[in-house]
Amino acid sequence: MSDDKMSLVDYAAELANKAKELAEQAEEVAIQVGNAASTSSAVDHSFFMNGLTIFVLACFVGYYVVWRVTPALHSPLMGITNALSSVIIVGALLAAGLAESGFSVFMGFLAVVLASVNIFGGFIVTRRMLHMFKKKEK
Amino acid sequence: MESLAPIAYLVSSVCFIMALRGLSHPESARSGVVYGISGMTIAIITTLLLVNSWFLIIVGIIIGGSIGAYIANKIEMTALPQLVAAFHSLVGLAAVFVAAAAFYSPATYGILTPENDIKLISLIEMSLGVAIGAITFTGSIIAWGKLQGTISGKPVNFPHQHKLNAALGILLLVLVFILCGTQSFTVFWLIVALALLIGVLIIIPIGGADMPVIVSMLNSYSGWAAAGIGFTLENPLLIIVGALVGSSGAILSYIMCKAMNRSFLSVVLGGFGGEDNAIAGVDNGNKQAKIGSAEDAGFIMKNASKVIIVPGYGMAVAQAQHVLKEMADILKAEGVEVKYAIHPVAGRMPGHMNVLLAEAQVPYDEVFELEDINREFAQADVAYVIGANDTTNPAAKNDPSSPIYGMPVLDVEKAKTVLFVKRSMGSGYAGIDNPLFFADNTMMLLGDAKKMTEEIVKAMD
Repeated sequence: MSDDKMSLVDYAAELANKAKELAEQAEEVAIQVGNAASTSSAVDHSFFMNGLTIFVLACFVGYYVVWRVTPALHSPLMGITNALSSVIIVGALLAAGLAESGFSVFMGFLAVVLASVNIFGGFIVTRRMLHMFKKKEK
Repeated sequence: MESLAPIAYLVSSVCFIMALRGLSHPESARSGVVYGISGMTIAIITTLLLVNSWFLIIVGIIIGGSIGAYIANKIEMTALPQLVAAFHSLVGLAAVFVAAAAFYSPATYGILTPENDIKLISLIEMSLGVAIGAITFTGSIIAWGKLQGTISGKPVNFPHQHKLNAALGILLLVLVFILCGTQSFTVFWLIVALALLIGVLIIIPIGGADMPVIVSMLNSYSGWAAAGIGFTLENPLLIIVGALVGSSGAILSYIMCKAMNRSFLSVVLGGFGGEDNAIAGVDNGNKQAKIGSAEDAGFIMKNASKVIIVPGYGMAVAQAQHVLKEMADILKAEGVEVKYAIHPVAGRMPGHMNVLLAEAQVPYDEVFELEDINREFAQADVAYVIGANDTTNPAAKNDPSSPIYGMPVLDVEKAKTVLFVKRSMGSGYAGIDNPLFFADNTMMLLGDAKKMTEEIVKAMD
């Protein structure tokens, strides 16, 4: 029983030490953030803010556009958004075509393959679905 | 070219918004796909003009493109939910690879500080992108397995599950923190590994029938992953598309949750419903269900003036949509008015039933959503329930002790006669007894959805 207690105390002490270490690291990062903020050029800084602006506005556009999608077409919606999210291929192309490290080129190549599966697959399956939706023949 | 790229990306973003906009109506939807393809083509060509070696890229696109085209052309429409889940996993993995490429070659993407370190903000964005990507990857694979039947659809629960998940989540944040301080390759891969594990753990406790929410949620994640990578690479196109896809998936999840009257949190925490639950020990009184034959059903429907068909997941499993259409055609030839009523969570992904009915060439203007048709059951002579169960359970309206109390359901019991096609008298996925089986105006048609409908078609001839 007392052994158990001892180990518990040890454990707690270790945890406390780790917490302290982490706190120190946190401080370091905080300082770095501060430095980054003060030293980085205005251009760097504005990209994040621009990006955030674009992101938030795009979320709103997405919100209003998607609410207008008729529930009958929710499956094609998933198909097409799936193809669209593969626009990540843009990042993959840059890696496969430009990167200086061989590993990055390889990663880029794999990502190009995966994203292409999705782009072709997503658009084709969406088109197949939509072709089936027909109106009542008069 | 470099100065023109942002403009081209902008055009492509607009195309993508138009693509989603097109889906507001089946007539305009096909043009939506054309917009989508154009947007993607513009994005890819623009990027190709920025890089100097095309060989690997062309090879990659040819390999990936032919695999994708082959699968998409071959796939059965009933297997759509698992296909979508599989595609989500690829987006997730691609996001991981792109983030890794950026981490190993930061200069390519211009994300270095003058001191040759990766910018802190980029590190944070990168780790978020890679973590969401990895979670999407394994999560989607588990979802795929559950939908495909490779993994049991039953929820997997173990003690302290949520505590473990929470602890791993915190650990993930700590690692991100450390990565920001150290830029260590090991920590980067630790984040990937941990996120992969979390992806598995958050999807295994979720039951098969909650899959519509999960598939939409993973759809949303794949968008957020793309947006995260967009921030890392400082590419507005990726951010815009990621946000569009992310919000689209989030809205779908919300709609699905609302249709089940459950909070998103309770779905995500999981543990609700396996596939084949035994009948819950509810006292049915001394009531006996009326069991009917295909001939009875055929006779009743032929003499009806209005029939509403209520399809559910069971119809998809039995692939009964084609023979169902045949039955509806015979009824229509007899002068019977036929409509279809679809509950938002019927099937395994949003809009699943609509696609299957469309595949069987049911005109989309005969298919109605819950809120548009619910009032009409009172005027219908027959409600033909095929493969649906919980979505028709009146207990959701009048039994506050029922686990599905408050869930919007189809008012099938208001029809003069309810024909309920079911394999056995077992309960639905929620393990809840359906009082509808024992109602005076219900006739149970016990058998496989497809076979039973075929027999009815024969009986009506």
